[in-house]
Amino acid sequence: MDDLIRVLTPLPVLLPLLGAAGALLVGRHPRLQRTLSIVVLTGVLAVSISLLVLADDQGATSVSVGGWPVPLGIVLVVDRLSALMLVVANTVTLGVLVFAVGQGVADGEETDTPLSIFHPTYLILVAGVSNAFLAGDLFNLYVGFEVLLAASYVLLTLGGTAGRIRAGITYVVVSLMSSLVFLAAIGLVYAATGTVNMAQLAVRLGELPAGTQLLLQSMLLVAFGIKAAVFPLSAWLPDSYPTAPAPVTAVFAGLLTKVGVYAIIRTNTLLFPSGALDDVLLWAALATMVIGILGAVAQTDVKRMLSFTLVSHIGYMVFGVALGTTAGFAGAIFYVVHHIAIQTTLFLATGLVERRGGTTNTEKLGGLAKASPLLAILFFVPAMNLAGIPPLSGFIGKLGLIEAGVAMGGVGPYVLVGGAVVTSLLTLVATARVWGRAFWRPRSVDTAEEDVAAVRPAAGTATTTAQLQETRLPRTMVAATAGFVAVTLAITVFGGVLYGVADRAAVDLLDRTPYLESVFGDQVIR
Amino acid sequence: MTPTVVLPIIIAGLYAAGVYLLLDRSLTRVLLGFLLLGNATNVLLLSAGGVAGLAPILPVDDESAINDPLPQALVLTAIVITFGISAFVLAMIYRSWRLVRDEVVQDDAEDLRVATREEIDADERDPEEMDPADRGPGDGFTVEAGPHHPDGRDTDTPSDDVGLGLAGAVEAENESAEARAVADPGQLRAGSQRDEPAHHRREEEH
Repeated sequence: MDDLIRVLTPLPVLLPLLGAAGALLVGRHPRLQRTLSIVVLTGVLAVSISLLVLADDQGATSVSVGGWPVPLGIVLVVDRLSALMLVVANTVTLGVLVFAVGQGVADGEETDTPLSIFHPTYLILVAGVSNAFLAGDLFNLYVGFEVLLAASYVLLTLGGTAGRIRAGITYVVVSLMSSLVFLAAIGLVYAATGTVNMAQLAVRLGELPAGTQLLLQSMLLVAFGIKAAVFPLSAWLPDSYPTAPAPVTAVFAGLLTKVGVYAIIRTNTLLFPSGALDDVLLWAALATMVIGILGAVAQTDVKRMLSFTLVSHIGYMVFGVALGTTAGFAGAIFYVVHHIAIQTTLFLATGLVERRGGTTNTEKLGGLAKASPLLAILFFVPAMNLAGIPPLSGFIGKLGLIEAGVAMGGVGPYVLVGGAVVTSLLTLVATARVWGRAFWRPRSVDTAEEDVAAVRPAAGTATTTAQLQETRLPRTMVAATAGFVAVTLAITVFGGVLYGVADRAAVDLLDRTPYLESVFGDQVIR
Repeated sequence: MTPTVVLPIIIAGLYAAGVYLLLDRSLTRVLLGFLLLGNATNVLLLSAGGVAGLAPILPVDDESAINDPLPQALVLTAIVITFGISAFVLAMIYRSWRLVRDEVVQDDAEDLRVATREEIDADERDPEEMDPADRGPGDGFTVEAGPHHPDGRDTDTPSDDVGLGLAGAVEAENESAEARAVADPGQLRAGSQRDEPAHHRREEEH
């Protein structure tokens, strides 16, 4: 059993990297390339699920890569949290890949990308995300971040149109800044402790003077806060995400910010359990929630509205982390799982809206409920889930967090509970406005022409537009989106099971010994 | 072990200059700022390794006589990453120059538009501006042919969902062409010329 875990652990990083190499080699055969990526990601998902089952059964396990003894080599650690994140992340990446393949086939091969670069880059992104979740070493975490960021730069600027380059520049510069802060923090951590192994750091950091600890913790939190888009470090997100292709935005919105949240959770439990910055995080969470959702209410474009709700709902997770209790962490972990699935689903549904309605601007959309009842359902269910309508999983997650806040008591947590409820209500306002405009009201006549021109700038001729209107939504894209809606409903139905895993993961996190024992064995190496 | 003052001064100087350049709108300066910041961080990592001037590995038997090799390995990795990303940023700058003949950070048009909008619901449509056929009672599910529809034809827009409904019975040869303009842009142009007053009202509003 133990050997099995040791064999499986490196695979979520290794398989996508090998797959990326393979996808580059077969770049001239699109069909083969697609099959290869889907097979690889299915394999990674299967591995992740086995890891989750094993990790939930036996607790944390670590693997020393290359057989180097612990303080010298790099370790990969699987505990309940990282295994859970792997499963959710790989479900999302596989589903989005299917959606992207459907879109690619429907659009004709490679209209958007000059080279068949999408699949290799996408697989490298998956490898980076998996590496970040598995890293048991601060520098390896940095490398994981860099791998996924480098892949995301390419994906965000696919095709190199003016709009994407403009958005990409903001994204790249801000991400570079956060990486440099992270790297500088690693340098200082090493100077202070003489190690970058996270288990060793957990022991040694606690012996540093409180001031040094505070400095190191705040540097790490700033670096991860930029990646997770926590206010006031969130302004880059709504600016850069909406211009990318729909599947890319979907996977970014679902995953990349959550990798930042994951890193924040690790920092605040394993490395700095003192909770010195919990108050700061608490108020940052409130500002993230409220300011984010106010931004969302002001938007008229669906993608931008969703990007702002993404920022806003990061606040819920930070809220759970800032509480610092088992219930708080359990709520945050469940919310991460729920939100990865829901945000991806909404962006994919918006991709379908863009395809069907020609635009994502709610001033121009209309009549979609009548024209496309199935699409209306695919948008409505996750939209209500995002707002937290019972009995959907958004409600379960918010309820868990609010209960944790009330259990904690005190001024801060109560204000946050109020903020969480208001944010939930405003989310409902924002999504209901989109629903009312794009789906519910009749379509206006004089906007139809520009819509079509907007979605297919290259093909503005009369015949093509008529064809577009007669085209059905590609079956694969609809199936992928419907699959995601089913996943979000499954998270609701199996909410109890998932919440159980999240709870046990939170207990492990606060206890810290399972993680340390998995790396050190019986004897702690200082 | 004698601490050196030179390295911290170099690090601080590089960070200051790097941040200053990074705040510029010109992308080339941003790239230069990034390179300076990257080097500042590399020197910081290096100085975390201990006293300068010693070899990292040899002699093996005397720990006090060697430099810590790990930060140097980290710096090497960081240099490679910085190099790759710089190449990518350079390519983006070049692309930006090709596309808009400019290499400064552009404003986000949609952001400006949302920020300068006077009222949040300015986009609510007046029923007067809608196609007569669409002026149904309320929601999109129950729209029926309005009074302005001479032939009383069913105005449902063609449903094109997978496995749901029929795909596009496009026949727009009579007065209700506007209703179907969505399905046939040729008719749309003809339709909007006929419908000039409504069009003018809409332009005035914007």
